[in-house]
Amino acid sequence: MIDETIERSEKSQAYWEQLNCRFPAADRVFDEYILEAQTLLSEEGVSSYIDHARFIGKMGRGVEPLLVYLEEAPSIASLVGEKILPEIKDFVYFLSTHTNFKAIVPFLQSLAAVTRRLHSDEQLHIYFNLIKKMMEETSGSVHGHHTTFPSPGLPDLLKQAPRLLSQLSLEGFSNWVDYGVRYYKNHPERQKDYFTLQSPDAVAVMQRERHGTLLIDHERQLDLYLRSLWQDGDYLVPYSLAFDELRKPMPYYDHMGIRLPDVYDDMNGVSGINRYRAALAHMAAHRRWSSQMVVDNWSPFQRIAVEMFEDSRVEYLAMQLFPGLRSLFSALHPIPNEDDLSHTEMSLIRLRLALVSRAILDSEFKLEDEVLKSFVVRFFDVMQAGESSSPDMADIALSFIARTRRQTDASPNTYFDNTEVDYRDDNRHLWIYIESSDEDEQFEHLEEQKIQDDVDTLPPRHYHEWDYNAQTYRPDWVSVYEAVHARGNVQVVDQILEKHSVLAKRLKAILDALKPQQKVRVRYQEEGSELDLDVAIRSLIDLKSGSQPDMRINMSHKNDGRDIAVMLLVDLSQSLNEKAKGSTQTILELSQEAVTLLAWTIDKLGDKFAIGGFHSDTRHNVRYSHIKGFSESFNDDVKARLSAMEAKYSTRMGAAMRHAAHYLEAQKAGKKLMLVLTDGEPADIDVDDDALLIQDTHQAVKELQQQGIYSYCINLDPKADEYVADIFGQHYTVIDHVDKLPEKLPQIFMSLTK
Amino acid sequence: MSNQAQYTIKEKPFYQAQSDEIELYEAAYTARLPVMVKGPTGCGKSRFIEYMAWKLGKPLITVACNEDMTASDLVGRYLLDANGTRWLDGPLTTAARIGAICYLDEIVEARQDTTVVIHPLTDHRRTLPLDKKGELLEAHEDFQLVISYNPGYQSLMKDLKQSTKQRFCGFEFDYPSEAIETSIVVKETGIEAELASKLVKIGGAARNLKGHGLDEGISTRLLTYAATLIKGGIEPKAACRMALVRPITDDEDIRVTLDHAIDTIFA
Repeated sequence: MIDETIERSEKSQAYWEQLNCRFPAADRVFDEYILEAQTLLSEEGVSSYIDHARFIGKMGRGVEPLLVYLEEAPSIASLVGEKILPEIKDFVYFLSTHTNFKAIVPFLQSLAAVTRRLHSDEQLHIYFNLIKKMMEETSGSVHGHHTTFPSPGLPDLLKQAPRLLSQLSLEGFSNWVDYGVRYYKNHPERQKDYFTLQSPDAVAVMQRERHGTLLIDHERQLDLYLRSLWQDGDYLVPYSLAFDELRKPMPYYDHMGIRLPDVYDDMNGVSGINRYRAALAHMAAHRRWSSQMVVDNWSPFQRIAVEMFEDSRVEYLAMQLFPGLRSLFSALHPIPNEDDLSHTEMSLIRLRLALVSRAILDSEFKLEDEVLKSFVVRFFDVMQAGESSSPDMADIALSFIARTRRQTDASPNTYFDNTEVDYRDDNRHLWIYIESSDEDEQFEHLEEQKIQDDVDTLPPRHYHEWDYNAQTYRPDWVSVYEAVHARGNVQVVDQILEKHSVLAKRLKAILDALKPQQKVRVRYQEEGSELDLDVAIRSLIDLKSGSQPDMRINMSHKNDGRDIAVMLLVDLSQSLNEKAKGSTQTILELSQEAVTLLAWTIDKLGDKFAIGGFHSDTRHNVRYSHIKGFSESFNDDVKARLSAMEAKYSTRMGAAMRHAAHYLEAQKAGKKLMLVLTDGEPADIDVDDDALLIQDTHQAVKELQQQGIYSYCINLDPKADEYVADIFGQHYTVIDHVDKLPEKLPQIFMSLTK
Repeated sequence: MSNQAQYTIKEKPFYQAQSDEIELYEAAYTARLPVMVKGPTGCGKSRFIEYMAWKLGKPLITVACNEDMTASDLVGRYLLDANGTRWLDGPLTTAARIGAICYLDEIVEARQDTTVVIHPLTDHRRTLPLDKKGELLEAHEDFQLVISYNPGYQSLMKDLKQSTKQRFCGFEFDYPSEAIETSIVVKETGIEAELASKLVKIGGAARNLKGHGLDEGISTRLLTYAATLIKGGIEPKAACRMALVRPITDDEDIRVTLDHAIDTIFA
């Protein structure tokens, strides 16, 4: 130990002795800490602060925890009260004794920032408990009671906590942590990815839990707003405010669309949606009234002045048109403090501009400074004449810069308080550069990628999946790839129809008896079910007046078409390759026959009809095969695809049903029916919990019901009774003798739609 | 003739010309050409015909067409009475007899086979065969046929046959320009011009949404309703919501947007 004597005051020396610490690193900075503690804490507070510091110093976890504690504790205690100090110590001790000592430094380091977000000690207690719970759930243990492995994600979680809490409420934070714990408990690496916000689902879940008004939820409303009030319209593209800490992006527009933040919180009594409207109104006003200007010769100061006057001009014009915008803009525009013009150390250019901007917007706002005032007057003089123009504003702006220039403007220390108008865009559309600068992205034009379009496959569609444990959807969890099914030999299907010709005849008889529903009146019938009173009276009058009466005075009803759309979803998983009990055919072959007969039946009935097959190989690869579309007839193409049906992989039914449902939803029909033909329960190799996919499928059935789609399951699994009712409620049939399937399936369909 | 008197328009209806339609109509009437007026609902089609009938001093017989209307509803029929039967002229026959302007409103609502009965009246023949009665009616020299329809909510099923269409000369109506519409609202209801121009602006905002969830914009008729309510002492924003927004949409997003437009315009 280097013996370095440090001069310190008596008081400070007493505390140093109380701390009883031999770390030279602590020795060197101790005085500063004590000074801060003394200004922020009471006498007892300082004393207990030193006591706890001493405890932390002697825990045997090195000097870091002590230093961070000394550094952070006073400001935390000053925010939520000194009662918190012992609790911090206890928590640190808890971390230390439960193998998670690596989390101590991040915990202490982030605690001050977290406290600033949470404000109260109750909230802070909840936070402690949350961290504790997370730690207990993720720390590994060998024999069940002693924790032996530290939580892999905890240090990262603690590091991210301030940022997360700046975006999320404590409840959202808790949900976000729960999600990570639930899914990545047993994957240390992926747990780390999640808690460092590296993995996409971490970002997605965070996005979902955010507070405020999400752009995505109000896109249509805002689009309608642009159209109705501004006769304008463009793509609204969100950008995220969550991930750029240093430079907050601003709204802007270019040829690709209008960029807006993904979320707006309420501010100054203005709701999130109205903040979006304010931003859109401002940009729409630019789009209507601003013109581009060549700016190569303008300095940055001149540019921001031009921007400000131009912003004020378009807003002024917008408010002439829509007076209601004034209250919106006034509430959102910051109120700069004129007294700060006396600062001599700072560049005040932003302040001067903000003052003028506020004075133009708000007639109540009184400016003292004569020069600034004169520019406000000049602005209104120009606007008296009419719309004015962007170059007019540039003139005012340039003379503004010339008139108000000060020595300090060049100072790197710029005054920013209350000068940022966050609904205004960055005005990139105003500028034209004649000379391109060095930084220009020269490769921009080279990167036009050729998109290869493959006719047979579609880009994946993502579907959420229901997690019954959490009672939430996992966002975009399953990827479904759709492709046209391979083709086989058409004759196979024709042979099947031939083989079952007897059955087909019987079905035909039932079909004829199946009367479609929609009733249409047929008038002017000599014989019919009812008397048509109008026609009868007319005939009577004709008879009385001596002219030839019309004898066709009856009417009858006929049924005009069945208004049903049917989607048949066929499970094509590996298990279909097994031989059916008591049959020489595989289940696949029997299914094929059944589907063929059903297709034939429905084709004869003339209902709208589609067939899809599905199998899955983990959530990343659910395959949906297009066998017959609604607009296709039962032709050779379809038959060829039917004959090539093959079975492999697993059964992720919920995703396939959601995918099939989106086709069915697009159909216009009075009744929509989804028939699911399967031989077992929903399962996949990446899911251990049997109930999970069953519950998800049940959820999918409920979603379909809400879309007006009736789902019905035909199950070939003799043990299906254990689960099928949980999924489909009453809407299922279990077929025990699979060899009867070809006969049963069309019958089930017909009895369903009778 | 009392029959004629009841169809005559006594008071001058208010009509604000949008361009030269009055002169064009007069020319068409002088030649006794059948006329078709098209345009969105509530833009002043019926008012225009009413005004022209008044200006020309001719009686006006209006028939609102509907799906159940038959040819005999237009032409006439025998009725039963104590002594046997009695013939009753339909509105079209009456108009042809007394020399009135016969106005078939929303003609596409009638079935296509019904509208065929107007054919002989609308070409050089200018006759109406009453086959049941055994009479061939020569149209009065003042008789003119006018039809109206709204191409906006035309479905595939509701269109006029080419053979019907090509018997008319046409007037296309649209909502009037902002200034004219403002003056219409002022004259119809007597509210201040400034208020009227705000109402017209709201109307314009809604018309921009046509095809984006609205089938039809806010009509001039609805604007005058709102103005009437305001005149009657209702607070303007509430009057607009009630008269302009609620009737035209059930779509939540559009309702919110239009409500906001009202707040923005009535600051």
